[in-house]
Amino acid sequence: MSLLKSREAILALAILGLLALIASRFPGFVAPANLAAVFTDSSPLILLALGQMVVILTKCIDLSVAANLALCGMVAALMNGAGIPLPLILIGVIALGAALGAFNGMLVWTLGIPSIVVTLGTMTIYRGVIFLLTGGAWINAHQMSPAFKAFPRTVIAGLPVMAWIAVVIIAAVALLMMRTPLGRAFYAVGGNPHAAVYTGISVGRTQFAAFVMAGALAGLTGYLWVARYAVAYVDIAGGFELDVVAACVIGGIAIAGGAGTVAGCVMGALFLGIIKNALPVVGISPFWQMAISGAAILIAIAFNAQSQRAPGRIILKRAEHRT
Amino acid sequence: MSILKKALTTAAMASALLAGAAQAEDMRIAIVAKALGIGFFEAANKGAQEAAEELGDVEIIYTGPTDTTAEGQVEVINSLIAQRVDAIAVSANDTDALVPTLKKAMQRGITVISWDSGVAPEGRQMHLNPSSAPLIGNMIIKLAADNMPEGGQVAVLSATTTSTNQNVWIEEMNKVAGDYPDVEVVGTVYGDDLADKSYRETQGLLKTYPDLKAIIAPTSVGIVAAAQAVTDAGKIGEVNVTGLGLPSEMAGHVKSGASKSFAIWNPIDLGYSATMIAYHLAKGDASAEPGATIPMGRMGEVALDDNTEAAMADPFVYDASNVEEFADVF
Repeated sequence: MSLLKSREAILALAILGLLALIASRFPGFVAPANLAAVFTDSSPLILLALGQMVVILTKCIDLSVAANLALCGMVAALMNGAGIPLPLILIGVIALGAALGAFNGMLVWTLGIPSIVVTLGTMTIYRGVIFLLTGGAWINAHQMSPAFKAFPRTVIAGLPVMAWIAVVIIAAVALLMMRTPLGRAFYAVGGNPHAAVYTGISVGRTQFAAFVMAGALAGLTGYLWVARYAVAYVDIAGGFELDVVAACVIGGIAIAGGAGTVAGCVMGALFLGIIKNALPVVGISPFWQMAISGAAILIAIAFNAQSQRAPGRIILKRAEHRT
Repeated sequence: MSILKKALTTAAMASALLAGAAQAEDMRIAIVAKALGIGFFEAANKGAQEAAEELGDVEIIYTGPTDTTAEGQVEVINSLIAQRVDAIAVSANDTDALVPTLKKAMQRGITVISWDSGVAPEGRQMHLNPSSAPLIGNMIIKLAADNMPEGGQVAVLSATTTSTNQNVWIEEMNKVAGDYPDVEVVGTVYGDDLADKSYRETQGLLKTYPDLKAIIAPTSVGIVAAAQAVTDAGKIGEVNVTGLGLPSEMAGHVKSGASKSFAIWNPIDLGYSATMIAYHLAKGDASAEPGATIPMGRMGEVALDDNTEAAMADPFVYDASNVEEFADVF
């Protein structure tokens, strides 16, 4: 536990170091208003990373989150076009996202197909469905109602609603993971599936729950994304699933399952979010930007692997002394 | 369903054939779209009809497959050959797949040109591009310059670092930047044709260059994202977003003032020009060989290059006065 705690402390320090480095080149970046903007911009990544964390904890992975986001976003835009009020749209996309996640979960649970294969397939299916719904057409800013676009932007107590949603979800997931049987079951299933079965936890059901949760979060984010960028088309958030997995890994979520915290996950997402927002302003050649993002991920992972490595245990102390 | 559509297409063609037979003097020019029911091509047809009215002795047969496949176009072209039309102007779904059929058409004395989306040189007499890289490069910086009389800083938001089209256009833009001495191009950023990255790069530009006057985005994803980012930053009126975009996607941003104007080809002019060129080639008063010039009515004339390709005109400028009208088209 102290090791975990210290890893999060180190990540926090890394974020502060990163901010200091950016501030030395572009002081305006660390202004409170800008940091709030960066947090808001990172909100979709945080939301998806939290969902992904739960899935990864159960020894699975969900590559379809970005496609799920795109499909739910498109459906939100279409519902808005049909004149459906915003609260219904929100409920609708969360339910749809959860259903898409449940579809992944069912395949993993009942058919026992590896999650990476299932979600690789559904990722393409979900994108394909968007094409079927729209015939490849875009939904643009002027086709969305002002209220639809304004909701995530509405500022309450200094932060936009989008950021507040992230704050609330972070708190809710933290509570779920630490204080509820389901939350502990996620860790148990990933940490030691056999032991989990003996304690009466159904591995498949728990993984199913994790996929539903990730799907619901992706659905909610789908609406936020489309409303924020005021455009919906087949390819929105293309490749975003990799950012989400990277955020989890940087945040110290063990890819093998069973270990990781909400705080780590959120900081991992913030770390990536800060890099994404800083690169455009620090004046680095675009040709280097991708390499820098990649290097940051590799360094973080190497660091995690190092700190996770169990120290060797000496079992024959006397024998060692003699040699 | 497809059988019904085919039957309808055949019926339409049969009636066109009958109508053609009734006025045997008229020259019949077939405009073949990538697929029927696409706004862009419907607009091109409008232009073709306009050209036909102007010429007087021309009848337009506007046709195409029901989905964007090369096989569908081959079928359509075969039936046009059977009808002995005088000219075929096609926007191809595939560069090579149509070549054998179009060769057959040319052997029967039918004039064949391609427009918008080209056919390999052996399958057509000439190809009409909507515009050319130098014209586009000049247009995008002109759009920025026209809306900033006092001059100032301008930045470019491109697609990916490896997008051929955008790189060529930006290169051409930089070549003519000297003609606009008041415009200072401060840099190029890359939004990778992703809405979120383009949005973030625009925010970065607004922070890095507080005095920025315009953003040029020669990509349809980028221009929409940049306009939204400028709107969200409350900089409408200070920073003008321009570049290449589609009227249906930009209508809202032009209305809000985030974009004063942008450019893209005009499908009506394209259909008009293709018809004019097909008419003059079929009539025999112009020839399709490298270096030749072909008249095209109100659009002036085009010169063919070594690949017998030609560029129609500057991209067409859309602003508050006409964007609504074209938003329904494409």
